[in-house]
Amino acid sequence: MSDAAAATTALPRVPGVAFALIVLCTGFAVTSAGFVTPTNIANILVQSTILLLLALPMTLIIMTEGLDLSMGAVLTLASIALAIVIISTGSFALALLAAVAVGLCFGFANGLLVSVLDIPPFIATLGTLGIAQGLSLLATDGQSVVGIPRSIEGIYSGALVGVPLPIVIATLAYGATHVLLYQTRFGAYICALGGNREALRVAGISVRGMLILVYLFAGLMAGFAALLMTARLNSAHPTAGIGMEFDAIAAVAVGGTSFERGNGWLFGTLLGVLAVGVLRNGLNLLAVPSSAQVASIGALVIIALFIDGLRREP
Amino acid sequence: MSAADVAVRPRLALSSNFQQGLYRILAAALLCMVLSGLSEAFMTQNNILNVLRQTALLFLMASGLTLVILTAGLDLSVGANIGLSACLAASVIKTSDSAVLGTATGIGCGMLVGLANGALVTALRIPSFIATYGMMWMLTGITYFYMAGETIHGFPPAFRQLGIGYLLGIPMPIYVMLLFLAIGTFFAQRTVWGQQVYAIGANPVAARLSGVPVPSRLVLVYTVSGAMAGLASLIILARINSAQGDIGEDLTLPAIAAVLVGGTSLFGGSGTVIGTLIGALILTLVLNGMNLLQINASWQPLVTGVIVLLAVWISTRTRRMNE
Repeated sequence: MSDAAAATTALPRVPGVAFALIVLCTGFAVTSAGFVTPTNIANILVQSTILLLLALPMTLIIMTEGLDLSMGAVLTLASIALAIVIISTGSFALALLAAVAVGLCFGFANGLLVSVLDIPPFIATLGTLGIAQGLSLLATDGQSVVGIPRSIEGIYSGALVGVPLPIVIATLAYGATHVLLYQTRFGAYICALGGNREALRVAGISVRGMLILVYLFAGLMAGFAALLMTARLNSAHPTAGIGMEFDAIAAVAVGGTSFERGNGWLFGTLLGVLAVGVLRNGLNLLAVPSSAQVASIGALVIIALFIDGLRREP
Repeated sequence: MSAADVAVRPRLALSSNFQQGLYRILAAALLCMVLSGLSEAFMTQNNILNVLRQTALLFLMASGLTLVILTAGLDLSVGANIGLSACLAASVIKTSDSAVLGTATGIGCGMLVGLANGALVTALRIPSFIATYGMMWMLTGITYFYMAGETIHGFPPAFRQLGIGYLLGIPMPIYVMLLFLAIGTFFAQRTVWGQQVYAIGANPVAARLSGVPVPSRLVLVYTVSGAMAGLASLIILARINSAQGDIGEDLTLPAIAAVLVGGTSLFGGSGTVIGTLIGALILTLVLNGMNLLQINASWQPLVTGVIVLLAVWISTRTRRMNE
């Protein structure tokens, strides 16, 4: 092993993503005057909440050596369901229930396909992506769903004792996922699902059941993320959430969760979400078109995976 | 070096593939019968040529992808690659007024993207589905950035022949399809390199130990997949006579569906190029039938998604039964 490789292997995960964040922040602070202002920093945090809600379950899924490509399309469909129900019934509770139900249905379907039918996750969720996208187009005829009551906007722009509501929701979600992953038996099983599935089976744990639960959790979070997204846009659109799964995968990859060994790190994902958020925000301030932002996030993922590959080097 | 040993396996696979291929041809024939019963417009010369043209295009996109999937890999960047190649080729044709230069640009761009995929998968050892997924978003971003919402349209008639021309009453894309069907089948079944592709998919470790240069064959299949995407982009350009940033959107899922319906296993090592042609025909018949029956086009991604899941489920079951 060369010295360089040894040094990389010795690098703990913390500096990797933290380093990326620091580089990005310094870079943007130098190039853009509006970056280090309280308003903008609050903006970055609030805008990152939707992504965090998706990246948390994505971390768990990738830890089981899985992947969920359908998340963006399911988010979109859930947002459409939420908008349609709230417009037709006026009931916020029913609307949220509809969004969560859509998420859970797709989570369950993904879980079944991956565990019971044994279909590789990336292709199973690619199939359900097509299904969710088709349903979104069918439900809306390709048009925006508008006319959502003003009150729902408050969920995105409101505050609880001075803290913006999306941040409260995201903090709760992060806390819940942290407890789930690190304090419960379920979390231990998730870790085992990635690295040592056979051991789990031998111990008499239902691997299928665990996988279904993980994908169900993703569906649940997609339902809540749909609430935030709909509130933010004050409408639902059949292409609104497309590609969000990519930002989530990027955040998880940048955060240092490995695609092959199932080693995951929830706090890394939080930092990864912030890195993606800072990158998008900074490029926005520099008036870089969103197309170039997508390309740069693609590059970020490949760099992150490259570094992950260096760590893996024997 | 024992390429001869490696060569034995796929020959055997071919004979068992033969039966599967027959089932698929029967399925396609059945679909034709049902559709001609349901819609008068189906059995018209116009529609049949249309189906064949569509099949040809889907086959070209999926043929290179077939080789990738034979190695147990995946190329999710096919559609985005078509988008970028088409847009670059379109702007070169517009500025230089040369069909040859445009063609070279389209195929060259596709190939370079494929080469980059191959490098990510081999040199950086990133799993193929995630490497090509990252590539897909990068290409999408670059394409939109490059086009900046513009449309390029109106190409010289000589170039457009590739998409809308006829020779002896048969559309040009069908000749291109037959040409690449022959090349692909010959490569996969009759050359050492082709057999090595099967060997890598069947068992990469065994392939490496028996002297197959695994990384360079992998780079080859991803490059071929990229080049075929570039070629397909030219045919699309020539047919629709315009290029926009979203030109390659929604093409990846149908291409994967064609390969899987054609009987190539997602787990590598078994399948044929001609199977992909039958898969492309079946998928085109389904989508064409939906069109003729005036079913809302929004159903298409949904139906394609279900078809992909069914095809993978069947291949997973067959694999499990063989074990």
